[in-house]
Amino acid sequence: MIIKGKTWKFGDNISTDFIVPGRYFHLRSNLPELTKHVLEDADPNFAKNVKPGDIVVGGKNFGIGSSREQAPTIIKMSGTSAVVAKNFARIFFRNAINIGLPIVICDTDSIESGDELQIDLTEGVVHNLTKNMKIPTQPLPDVMVKILKDGGLIEHVKKHDGFAL
Amino acid sequence: MGKTMAEKIISEAFGQNVTKGEIVVVDVDLAFVNDASGPLAVEKMKAAGNGQLKVFDKEKVVVFIDHAAPSCHRELSNTHKVLRNMANATGAKMHDIDQGVCHQVAIEKYTKPGDIVAGADSHTCTGGALGAFSTGMGATDVGIAIMLGQTWLRVPDSIKVNVTGQLQKGVYAKDLILHIIGIIGADGANYKAIEFVGETIDSLDMDSRFTLSNMVVEAGAKVGLVPSDKITKDYLKKQGREFDWKEVKPDPEADYETVINVDASLIEPTISMPHTVDNVKPLKDCNGVKVNQVFVGSCTNGRLSDLKIVSSILKGKQINKSIRLIVSPASKEVMEEAINQGYITEIIKSGGTIFSPSCGPCFGAHGGILGDEEVCLSTQNRNFKGRMGNPEAFIYLGSPATAAATALAGEITDPREVL
Repeated sequence: MIIKGKTWKFGDNISTDFIVPGRYFHLRSNLPELTKHVLEDADPNFAKNVKPGDIVVGGKNFGIGSSREQAPTIIKMSGTSAVVAKNFARIFFRNAINIGLPIVICDTDSIESGDELQIDLTEGVVHNLTKNMKIPTQPLPDVMVKILKDGGLIEHVKKHDGFAL
Repeated sequence: MGKTMAEKIISEAFGQNVTKGEIVVVDVDLAFVNDASGPLAVEKMKAAGNGQLKVFDKEKVVVFIDHAAPSCHRELSNTHKVLRNMANATGAKMHDIDQGVCHQVAIEKYTKPGDIVAGADSHTCTGGALGAFSTGMGATDVGIAIMLGQTWLRVPDSIKVNVTGQLQKGVYAKDLILHIIGIIGADGANYKAIEFVGETIDSLDMDSRFTLSNMVVEAGAKVGLVPSDKITKDYLKKQGREFDWKEVKPDPEADYETVINVDASLIEPTISMPHTVDNVKPLKDCNGVKVNQVFVGSCTNGRLSDLKIVSSILKGKQINKSIRLIVSPASKEVMEEAINQGYITEIIKSGGTIFSPSCGPCFGAHGGILGDEEVCLSTQNRNFKGRMGNPEAFIYLGSPATAAATALAGEITDPREVL
């Protein structure tokens, strides 16, 4: 699977409070409205200007904080095609795979906002087309690949009538 | 090779010996959601069940309304209806707005040593203090656990935190766990378990152990386990659940990824400074920082012993005129006992405000929201930018004693000055 898009670069420890600010708690069951505020406290321009296919790039520990599944959900609903970071907080990681948002783990230091990336999920490489650099990715655990391939956890348990991991 | 507590609990749940790194599907003993995660979990359950809502065991599925309790928004009132309807339709246990924070109620009434607990809230790790593999997940994971009675886990690597020495006067479990998070870092325990052992842990009361386990997620850990011992047994007995007790402890030869030794006697009152929990400093480094609001509560430090410390420091005194002191008992049970013991009266007399037993101001959408440039000293677990409803505000984390001393002085103050 190939993902291609322009990047939005964020720093380390992008928390679920940055992605889904607590002050919009009342919108948690209104995902289209909540999506208008995605990542608002990290970059107020993101939600307004993100284009379908764009790629979110973080540093260390992306998705730190709460279990709110709305975090990866509204990133996906914003049109973002993948999140690339050095590592992910555990619950965000599970949530993202469960809802079918592609997650890529690699060194992101050389990536800048606006760079064009081509991600080959099968080969495990991020090609920075702007900088003409190839960055190897850390493969996802097999269990995550199985869930992603089935289209998320709901589809996985429906297809197999339970877990088949 | 011996087994860690995580390996032991998961091996027993799985029915055969497993070691770190293995992926297993295990039965859950308890699955719960709250009003932050529950409405989405219900949607996911419907999607997975072709429109039908199904729970695997109505005695082992619990729904809590603790975040917006009572509701502060029309939209939230409607999501609360979704949860009540789900509980009515399935027979799942329901704890409505009067009951308190899900993690507190779970440890009071449900979680048992040796259990596998899947809760749709990151601080589900609180239950690790009872020797349960109690971990936070998202709405889909827990929705599926509620339907099928199963979840998948990677048997984690474990970090052993070995604590020796006496905590000094004015220094508490909160200072200890902030100190430990400062050592490990916000992602140092990602995907791993933490096990708290050593003579200091052996003598800590359950309220203190809950504070330790509650905050392990701030270092990335999936669970923070404390061996289940006589103190655990006495706690369960007090809760009318002594038959829920069993011993859970690591093997002497267990294989740990890392061992961290902490001398508790060297720890001072400790603070997490804005805007990350691992931005940990001895309190003296922020002594005198002016504060507008003090919050005592949450699943971290809203328990009876926390309210006792606060009321004993405030007794017969008035908080500083520049301070708003908000106190939210972690549960109805805590509140009742705090009333019986006179703690609530002392807090009110000193100028504090009591908030309903709930998550309270901790998550930034229901009371106690900070103004621009305002500073809060809170006993909660997170100080991320925007956490208390305003990205222009600043949150410092500390112990209940530090909170009370700060409320009296109007600035961050070492509790040893008032004890």
